[in-house]
Amino acid sequence: MSTYEIAGGVKVARPTMAGHLRDYLARIRGGDLGALPAVLGLVVLTLIFGAARPNSFFSAGNLANLFNQAAGLTMIAMGLIFVLLLGEIDLSAGYAAGVCGAAMAILLTDRGYAEPVALLGALLTGVVIGLALGFLVAKVGIPSFVVTLAAFLAFQGVLLNLLGEGKNLSIPDGFIKSLNKDSLPVSWSWGLAIASVAVFALFQFLRYRGRADRGLLTEPIGVTLLRVAGIAALILTATAILTRERAINPAVASLKGVPIAALVIGGFLVLWTLVLGRTSYGRHVYAVGGNPEAARRAGIPVDRIRISVFVIGSFMAAIGGIMLVSRAGSVDPNTGGSSTLLYSVGAAVIGGTSLFGGKGKVIHAVIGGAVIAVIDNGMFLMDFSSGTRYIFTGVILLIAAGVDALARRRAAAGNR
Amino acid sequence: MAATPLLELRGIDKSFGPVQVLHDVGMSVYPGEVTALVGDNGAGKSTLVKCISGIYTIDAGTVLFDGRTVTVNSPRDAADLGIEVVYQDLALCDNLDIVQNMFLGREQKRGIVLDEPTMEQMAAETLASLSVRTVKSLRQLVASLSGGQRQTVAIAKAVLWNSKVVILDEPTAALGVAQTAQVLELVRRLADNGLGVALISHNMNEVFAVSDRIAALYLGRMAAEVKTSDVTHAQVVELITGGRSGNLGLPPEGPTDFADFMPGGQL
Repeated sequence: MSTYEIAGGVKVARPTMAGHLRDYLARIRGGDLGALPAVLGLVVLTLIFGAARPNSFFSAGNLANLFNQAAGLTMIAMGLIFVLLLGEIDLSAGYAAGVCGAAMAILLTDRGYAEPVALLGALLTGVVIGLALGFLVAKVGIPSFVVTLAAFLAFQGVLLNLLGEGKNLSIPDGFIKSLNKDSLPVSWSWGLAIASVAVFALFQFLRYRGRADRGLLTEPIGVTLLRVAGIAALILTATAILTRERAINPAVASLKGVPIAALVIGGFLVLWTLVLGRTSYGRHVYAVGGNPEAARRAGIPVDRIRISVFVIGSFMAAIGGIMLVSRAGSVDPNTGGSSTLLYSVGAAVIGGTSLFGGKGKVIHAVIGGAVIAVIDNGMFLMDFSSGTRYIFTGVILLIAAGVDALARRRAAAGNR
Repeated sequence: MAATPLLELRGIDKSFGPVQVLHDVGMSVYPGEVTALVGDNGAGKSTLVKCISGIYTIDAGTVLFDGRTVTVNSPRDAADLGIEVVYQDLALCDNLDIVQNMFLGREQKRGIVLDEPTMEQMAAETLASLSVRTVKSLRQLVASLSGGQRQTVAIAKAVLWNSKVVILDEPTAALGVAQTAQVLELVRRLADNGLGVALISHNMNEVFAVSDRIAALYLGRMAAEVKTSDVTHAQVVELITGGRSGNLGLPPEGPTDFADFMPGGQL
């Protein structure tokens, strides 16, 4: 293998396209699968449903629908990824979403506050819930499974009491209701799509240049170009489909453009990806998840990190709650209940985040959320009963968790 | 030999409740030398290291750093002085790469964003200064490294910050023969670069191969501090197991008839 001397004189293997591919394959064989199984699963499921229901599944309307279906659980799953990175669990995230959504709806209707105040109220509720959970886990030392199981039961009760038994509280039309229902105008859709591709390409290029200028090892330029091209193709194709007319009767009401939900998902994806990957806070989250003792000896405030991930978890649950309420147009005692939490944990795990801590990315929530939404949506279009859909989703989750466990075994066996 | 010790301990006492673990312990670490700290299980080696590194606070005694009296109340204080400890395990995060581990807790930033190129450059330079010339990539996960390479990263992490004293707590305990040799070579190189090195070890061959001085702890007391060239394997073993060897070591509990004088003994 040819070598390459970087700044300081350490010899490392010279990167080539073939070498890059070889390294990637070696990582996969070594048990570092990442989101690969989920992406493959998503492609396979899409092809199956597309073949079975080509007209309804592969329509622009259904693609937009998928974003709206997935938005709530994807937001909750993003928060759960922080919790899972520390090897903890938050079973209360579903009902926390419900409680936050109810708080928002009550502020909006019963109390008559403006939308920004109601939104802020929901988010604040989330933060307070997270602080309480985090304190109990990190400072009191109760296992997160027990704390959040108790919270799961309690929040279910809080939701019932807030709404009164069986009451259904509708929210008025407005910004909140349009969040997970309406779409951006076509011009905005294209503008944002092109801008995001351009910004992504610019950052990739700057990073490449920055490393090359310092004499550091860079990945082959081909890999960078392929990544930019891939992202560009994905975003622009989706935008092209979504900006087509998808109303049944366009003469009555035209319906086209990228759903606002897609923008919300994309925005939080970028925000949390930057936090996890580019800040010392994110680095410390991974460190505490990987080896808490090493993190402590490195001077990282382990307890504070532990509390913070629960705060982020419940904050994102609040965002998820807002999206759920927005989609339903109302909040009821079952908002955030039934399968919401399990689908969210499922999304994170199916996407490739480990239940054992230390391994995971925010994108996993989006990919896993897409898998779950596609299963739900595709099987519904194929007229399967909801019982069969639950069973199938359960099997997929089991497969994902099994892949994670096997990957860990491989990684442990391959090590020393 | 070198005039002032880089790190000097005088009269260190440490108790945990009613149990006194360290009695009046003194020890010196000189720049450019490897001082081996030996002793049986329970002799107080780890406690002494934790006192130096600020994890425990001492009950009595003084710590001199570069001739000045200093107080070390936390690992941060020790790090600020330039004292770094390499533990035999638990020091690295498997899920992070080499550079990330070396800068853990002390990341370089530009604004609020991590400055990865600078960190990678500094890591590369540090590894090069330790004559570590081949790794597949500075960005490979620590999980994929061999035991010796992991220990190398842990040691490189310790010297990254222009530290002056490096304390290694049984760095070779979990390693194979070839990897042990590799790490010992690195330990020697640290001293040759002018650092003060304290090496805790159970392995006599290792101690004699790499150290300049030997400090033997026996039941919480410093039995003897000797030059490695002045003693034999057998004497060190006696110091470890009995606290004395001939006229070396702690005074006998009772009068003895055979207080032989060993030439070139005590310092």
